[in-house]
Amino acid sequence: MESLTAFDLNRRSVLQLAAGFGVSFLLPAIDSRAAQRRGVERAKSLIVLWLAGGPSQLETWDPHPGSKIGGSRDEGAVKAISTRNPQLQIADLYPRIADQADSFSVVRSLVSKEGDHERGTYYLKTGYRPDPTLQHPSVGAILAFEHRNDSRLEIPAHICLGASQWPPRGGYLGDEFDAFKIFDPGKNIRNLKSRVGETRQQRRLQNLGVITRSFRKSREIPTEKTLHEKTVDRALQMMTSDQLKAFDIGDESQSLLDAYGDSRFGRGCLVARRLVEQGVRTVEVNLPGWDSHVNNFETHRQNSRDLDPALATLISDLKQRDLLQSTVMLCIGEFGRTPRINPLGGRDHWPSGFSCIVAGGGLQSGHVIGETDPTGEKKEPLNPISVNDLYATILYALAVDYSKEFMTPIERPMAYCDGNPIEELLPVI
Amino acid sequence: MIARIIVILVMPLSVTILVMAAVNVPIETEISMAAIQPQPPDGLRETVARIDQLVDETWSRSAIEPAPPADDIVLLRRLSLALHGTIPSLEQIRAFQSDDAPNRVSRWTEHLLADSRFADYFAERLARVYVGTENGPFIQFRRDRFVSWLGEALLENRPYDLIVRDILSEHGLWTDRPATNFITAGVANGELDENKLAGRTVRAFLGQRIDCAQCHDHPFDDWKQSDFEGIAAFFGQTKLSLLGVQDDTNRVYEIEIAESDETRIVSAGVPFHDSWLPADGPLRERLAHWLTHRDNRRFERSIANRVWGLMFGRPFIEPVDDIPDPGDETDPDVLDILGADFREHGYDLRRLISVIAATKPFRLDSTHEFASDAATVESLESVWAIFPLVRLRPEQIIGAMLQASTVKTIDQNTHVLFRAIKQLRSNAFVKEYGDLGDDELQNRPGTIAQALLRMNGEFSADASHATIFSSAGRVASWSSNDGTCIENCFFVCLTRAPTEQELTHFTKQLSGTTGKQRSSLVEDLYWSLLNSPEFSWNH
Repeated sequence: MESLTAFDLNRRSVLQLAAGFGVSFLLPAIDSRAAQRRGVERAKSLIVLWLAGGPSQLETWDPHPGSKIGGSRDEGAVKAISTRNPQLQIADLYPRIADQADSFSVVRSLVSKEGDHERGTYYLKTGYRPDPTLQHPSVGAILAFEHRNDSRLEIPAHICLGASQWPPRGGYLGDEFDAFKIFDPGKNIRNLKSRVGETRQQRRLQNLGVITRSFRKSREIPTEKTLHEKTVDRALQMMTSDQLKAFDIGDESQSLLDAYGDSRFGRGCLVARRLVEQGVRTVEVNLPGWDSHVNNFETHRQNSRDLDPALATLISDLKQRDLLQSTVMLCIGEFGRTPRINPLGGRDHWPSGFSCIVAGGGLQSGHVIGETDPTGEKKEPLNPISVNDLYATILYALAVDYSKEFMTPIERPMAYCDGNPIEELLPVI
Repeated sequence: MIARIIVILVMPLSVTILVMAAVNVPIETEISMAAIQPQPPDGLRETVARIDQLVDETWSRSAIEPAPPADDIVLLRRLSLALHGTIPSLEQIRAFQSDDAPNRVSRWTEHLLADSRFADYFAERLARVYVGTENGPFIQFRRDRFVSWLGEALLENRPYDLIVRDILSEHGLWTDRPATNFITAGVANGELDENKLAGRTVRAFLGQRIDCAQCHDHPFDDWKQSDFEGIAAFFGQTKLSLLGVQDDTNRVYEIEIAESDETRIVSAGVPFHDSWLPADGPLRERLAHWLTHRDNRRFERSIANRVWGLMFGRPFIEPVDDIPDPGDETDPDVLDILGADFREHGYDLRRLISVIAATKPFRLDSTHEFASDAATVESLESVWAIFPLVRLRPEQIIGAMLQASTVKTIDQNTHVLFRAIKQLRSNAFVKEYGDLGDDELQNRPGTIAQALLRMNGEFSADASHATIFSSAGRVASWSSNDGTCIENCFFVCLTRAPTEQELTHFTKQLSGTTGKQRSSLVEDLYWSLLNSPEFSWNH
């Protein structure tokens, strides 16, 4: 594995250089590890495990075995197993998650109106339906934005791990709140290493100072407004930061690595834990491949091999490090899948009555909210929960005023979230 | 086929530059001037003079001293970025510099407009307005067909009103009749979404927003919910079938009544000037005629505002598709003058661009004596008395990096393999750099991820790598002395000569060096140029 911490630049030389470059905000590193702070000091974070493509509720957290919609055994249908939550049975593909079920709640009645991948993803990540005149921020970008003045963090506050077709955006809050993308977590962080040695890098930066100065001449304010130098500076700060170690899983024990699972997603979940520990606000970990129009059961069986160990270990790991109380963990995709099994043994898109897991952040665990029709006839689930309500709940737990209105660039005031918290899940005070 | 594409994708740029060997030219080549003949169109000067007079009046009314005129070479960079999405090559720069006939910038504007790169690049810019940037696999194919259709239309300079009529009323298969993809892009959740099409139509062709009238009357403008529904109803007979986009003239457009299970019938209607609407014909065709009616000032003002935005990076009125209702015709504003000239000359997009490129605001510098005062800068920018700094689009950044990697112009004469690689690598870069989406004319600062990509990414490393075929390598070894070498680097990357201080600074570095050491120094200089704000921002 490529070393993530051996950098050509060291902090001191960059600091020396900063003086010559005319910028002064490269401060010495401060230990900002969230794990070392307690109580109100502790940074609240959000980890989203994003199941891209639309996982089936029936083969995950809302199985209806033995019914028509559950599918027949010889097709490979799942069974239901008991969990540590007496009210909850889940698909038998997830024995390890079942073992953590007292630490999370399940919503089985999410409803959306978007049955297309791109639109559904937009809705599920932002809580708003696509609007051609406005790009809404993802719920994670809102959290990063709310804490934008936290100077202790030298790496981005909003990070997306793994392959994502539609990574979460900062929207009207600004591109600087877009998720910072790491394609292969735990293996390689692209573009963070200078391509040349220290001497040459110093020369390059000195040159840059000379060229920038001549451009600034008679363009002082306009150049400043570009934030170009500030952005370069923050990039340099990140390149030389000790906090980059949070991306490096080299010092984790083999047994923990094994527990998360030897997959991109498993490593992503481990990196997510490390990032949260460092004080990063939002991490999305992607597990693609759920669009099971064909061979639904086999698709879900395969994906469960990555999801089961990673999610279960993430919860136990966060608990063990006393991070679960300050971290909300949400496992969700853009929609569910049809009760009906199509002629190719697949299930199609189903944006009404689908499931998610939500844990941590002080939210109530052990609840099962909503119910879908076991015959699959009725589209609308019992106790339907809108995505807005879910996000109002999560933002509440993260101590963000979810109803706060923000004046968007088109001068239309917009609430962070247009829903109401789900009472059953709110922390007991 | 797929295997071949993968091979191209993984091929580093340094290798692809080898491909250029076949079409190499020495860096000091004199270019034949025969190509740069076209003269600006007739009557251009009168229209430009009217606009200039209007801005002059605004400036003197507010006692504003505008920025000085920009150097011609700066204008060449602006034009090249706006029309081709890339910076000029060293080859072009040398040709431009040796062109001393009158009217140089206007003639070069025509020259750049006649190039197929203009059609390709501008089609992509305009397509965002018509079909958005959604990118599911099917959508992508349809979008590509639409963009290439639009590119062909721009290449043959079809009148804009006819292009718009095709976009709105074409029917048939999306492959065979690419203009139908305006309609297919209006599909949401598997069904044709008349509301999406209505909102987009009004934003694209009237430059106004009625999207919020989908659910309620517009809070401050004059749009009623019934206006919205009336426009949506023009798409109410359109359906997608095995025969592609078709219209069923017997179909009745019904919409759900909010909070109930009932529906009501809505008939097609326009919010103003019914008299422009033809009495007969398919609904979409009637709407197209109404929108493109010669008296419809919103139509011409909206495209003038958008093209202004594409030239300056900032629309004349912001947001680009939220233009107030037209004012008194006898007291025209800049958009009215541009719009009228556009209409009177057969809705000629190229002419519209030529006019804008010849106006005073376009030819001002981005520097100002009092640019260190925030209030002054704000007032200068508000009346176009200084050229705004605008962040380059990802395509422009990668286009410029690729162009900077070679001294020869990358155009339709470039080896086809190199162009294919350029396209694929551009797409990869744009994806990593982050597309701006539909609302690309909002000015926004860059991100750390972009800075890291420019500083440490393979694209800039390849672009500045000194090999015997790359511009860095050629400039390093072929320039006759240190001064020329530095000058060439600056022209290749920033389209300008170095300042005296820069020359002194870099001469000190290069002095007495040879071989590999010199190549490294030139690579470092390239890196610094490519990472400067000047490279990433239009000025």
